[in-house]
Amino acid sequence: MNFDVSNLYAATAEIFVAIMILMVMLVTAFARDIARGLAYSLAQLTLIIAAFITFFTLDAEAKSEFAFNNMFVHDLAGSILKLMVYLSMMVALIYGRGYLADRKIERPEYYLLALLTTLGMMVMITANHLLVLYVGLEMMSLSLYALVAFDRDAVRSTEAGMKYFVLGALASGLLLYGMSMIYGATGSLELSVVKQAVPGADSAVLLFGLVFLVAGVSFKLGVAPFHMWVPDVYQGSPTAVTLILSSAPKLAAFAMAMRLLGGALPDLAEHWQTMLMLVVVASIVLGNFAALAQRNIKRMLAYSGISHMGFMLMGLLSGDGMGYSSAMFYAIAYALMTLAAFGMVVLLSREGFEAENIEDFKGLNRRNSWFALLMLFVMFSMAGIPFFVGFFAKFSVLQAVIQAGHLWIAVLAVLMSLIGAFYYLRVVKFMYFDEPADSAPLNASGELLVMLSINGVAIALLGLMPGTLMQWCEGAMKVTFAAAVGG
Amino acid sequence: MTHIPYLSLAIWIPILGGLLVLATGPDTNARMARVVALLTAVLGFAVTIPLYIHFDTSLAMQPRFEEMRPWIEHFNINYHLGIDGISLWFVLLNSLMTIIVVIAGWESIQSRVAQYMAAFLIMSGLMNGIFSALDGVLFYVFFEASLIPLYLIIGVWGGPNRVYAALKFFLFTLAGSLLLLLALITLYNTTGSFEIFEWHKAPLAIGVQTWIFFAFLVAFGVKVPMWPVHTWLPDAHVEAPTGGSVILAAIALKLGAYGFVRFALPIVPDACSKFTWLVVGLSLIAVVYIGFVALAQTDMKKLVAYSSVSHMGFVTLGFFLHNQLGIEGALIQMISHGFVSGAMFLCIGVLYDRVHSRQIADYGGVVNTMPKFAAFFMLFAMANAGLPATSGFVGEFIVILGAMKVSFLITFLAATSLILGAAYTLWMYKRVVFGEVANEKVAGLTDINRREFFFLAVLALCVLAMGLYPFPFTEVMHSSVNHLLEHVNGKMLPPPL
Repeated sequence: MNFDVSNLYAATAEIFVAIMILMVMLVTAFARDIARGLAYSLAQLTLIIAAFITFFTLDAEAKSEFAFNNMFVHDLAGSILKLMVYLSMMVALIYGRGYLADRKIERPEYYLLALLTTLGMMVMITANHLLVLYVGLEMMSLSLYALVAFDRDAVRSTEAGMKYFVLGALASGLLLYGMSMIYGATGSLELSVVKQAVPGADSAVLLFGLVFLVAGVSFKLGVAPFHMWVPDVYQGSPTAVTLILSSAPKLAAFAMAMRLLGGALPDLAEHWQTMLMLVVVASIVLGNFAALAQRNIKRMLAYSGISHMGFMLMGLLSGDGMGYSSAMFYAIAYALMTLAAFGMVVLLSREGFEAENIEDFKGLNRRNSWFALLMLFVMFSMAGIPFFVGFFAKFSVLQAVIQAGHLWIAVLAVLMSLIGAFYYLRVVKFMYFDEPADSAPLNASGELLVMLSINGVAIALLGLMPGTLMQWCEGAMKVTFAAAVGG
Repeated sequence: MTHIPYLSLAIWIPILGGLLVLATGPDTNARMARVVALLTAVLGFAVTIPLYIHFDTSLAMQPRFEEMRPWIEHFNINYHLGIDGISLWFVLLNSLMTIIVVIAGWESIQSRVAQYMAAFLIMSGLMNGIFSALDGVLFYVFFEASLIPLYLIIGVWGGPNRVYAALKFFLFTLAGSLLLLLALITLYNTTGSFEIFEWHKAPLAIGVQTWIFFAFLVAFGVKVPMWPVHTWLPDAHVEAPTGGSVILAAIALKLGAYGFVRFALPIVPDACSKFTWLVVGLSLIAVVYIGFVALAQTDMKKLVAYSSVSHMGFVTLGFFLHNQLGIEGALIQMISHGFVSGAMFLCIGVLYDRVHSRQIADYGGVVNTMPKFAAFFMLFAMANAGLPATSGFVGEFIVILGAMKVSFLITFLAATSLILGAAYTLWMYKRVVFGEVANEKVAGLTDINRREFFFLAVLALCVLAMGLYPFPFTEVMHSSVNHLLEHVNGKMLPPPL
């Protein structure tokens, strides 16, 4: 094993974030009185600088670079996903801050955990090695478990944390078990070596392992039939945490699925595609039908998230460059939409009041027509109506899945999105057609209002001009999969 | 030809103007919202006039006023606009109707004025987009986005049962258009392009054609609406505010029929001729059965809504006669129906604003208190019944001539529409307008004011002009329809031996 300093170059952003985490930890420990504001500022600063580092080390033309004895990969797809993770985390922290302060749970540890989970996601996104992947995953998950239970005096929050932890640990165990099978069959933990060893390996062991891998990935994405935790945890967590939970980790989980299934096991595609097909069908059917019955907006968005992840996997199971890039586009679009949706929930909540029920959106148009309009954008975008980004996300996965010859999945998917339209429209109905039940003015920090406006407008603008982002996704997948072919 | 992008202007002026109106904010600024909306609508109409003046009728096939720039290169989607003789009049009709609904809502809408006006303006821009899109995805995007403003119009400013009606409208149409999306993607996967005119040339196997045809049939059939998926329309019409009904009847219903000529006939001609019996059958049911249903209505708006379904049955019938007369007659019928049904809903709106009832039984003897109004209403009722010298006659007559070439039975059934149409429209007219003054509300009616006079007069002129001298309408259509038929017949697969 020889070590070259140039390895560090590929991991600059991760190293930087790790150092900053230590800084925040010091602040938390030694500067209690000013720690809260300082930790927040440091966290935001970290994310911004990390974004700059990632952006300037990004090279759209370059092939994938491998570092640390091929444990680590630096490529365009990883960089784009990391940038989106930073962005999601920044937005989530901005949205969540006032909410936490109102509930007297804005402690500096919150920002520390948020940064830790970010680092976990970054490692997941850049891993080219099963163990590195697992380390990243655990770093992300453990921080998230703690975040979910962050409101430690609230029963629901601790219950959700416990539930998430138990089920999450089980899923991690499954994943690890699957990895050990893959290792047993191929003799390597490195993804590119695994890929080359697959054709000659014992297929029974491989398939056995694959089942566990798919189960683990599905759990982290929160798709049926591994979705049980999603509604309870989304509902139980403080909304500020739900914001984090529903956005960035999905991007990381997408990266994991793409690297594991598409990158390392393309030769087993036939098998994992069949498994994903079941997962997709179960998710979009269950997610949409269950969301219909919800009165709690967080649960509704949780179930809608299950179906959205099902849609995203439709792109993945189409299994060629187009398919992966459409799934990546979907994951990014979904992160934007879900942030805005939970941002709205935060906006409507205030000290001593949780805007938990869909009825709380009643008459929003009368109370504040600008935010009603933004929520309208989000809802129609999630329903997949143009001109919003959600439409093009849906469009590109449908295109991929029809191209791959699974017309029936596409037909089922559009039928289910019809069901989906019903509950999204119901929110619009409450906002526009009904009179307000609650006339308290919306008082939120300027930061939240500005960011939410940007977020909503971005959903509309990306719907008008989705071309650039699509091109990035396509370019990224070309680079990643060209490298995988080359070994 | 000129380089001014008239079509883009016709799309984006209303949309941007709508956003501007939205920015005027709360109802304290209502007056400003109305004025900005009117100016935008007039400007939007003004930019469509050159489309007619500079329209080159000598070109057979290629679209005029083309604009083309790449939009989403990843999928080879272009921002490609252009109109031909088939779509020209719809753009004009739509832009004119927008002015009229803005004026019609001037006084009757008092809450959330800016949002109301903005919804109509944005809708108008989207509709122009639908009629001028030459790219499948661009078409679809406008097609589906236009659901949003109409959903809000029905839901926010509608009647007591508006939530149900708005939701039903949205979900019915969305169900159809999602299938359309799958069909468009399939066409893209087969041809590698989203250009509608490329699809026209693509040879498709009969199996593919069949399923694409059914996707089109559902998508456009819901929008037309054809029997048996028409049930959303009466609900939507009854609950919608006057302006909403006008746009729904005059423009939104045309989208489905337009889809049949632009997509179904030229792209899947074999499937179309294979299933002609189906479409013709459904159309005849609409014409005859829905005609009887209209006869039984007690609510004026519902009556006109059913009469719309019946008239649109004529349109789909005309398209599937596969001859020049049928298609041209159907297109003329569409434009005429735009004027006439719009005017009928406006008339009902005029009454509703005064009496707040749409029940025929609540009226009687209106002519005694509103003579000017009664005269206009008479003209539109006659046009709805298809009286010669009104626009309603021309289209129906040409379609009937076209049907004569195909089958006597079809002609016979279609022609009952003239009788039924006269029966339900004139009977309603008689009950509402003539007779003794029914109650003190009617006795206290005031005749139409200048504003109402203006919009009814404009439509009356259109109806009469089109009835007396339809040449400007047929002139621009002629070569395009000819070309369409040649293309359809030329593209058909040879019959299996």
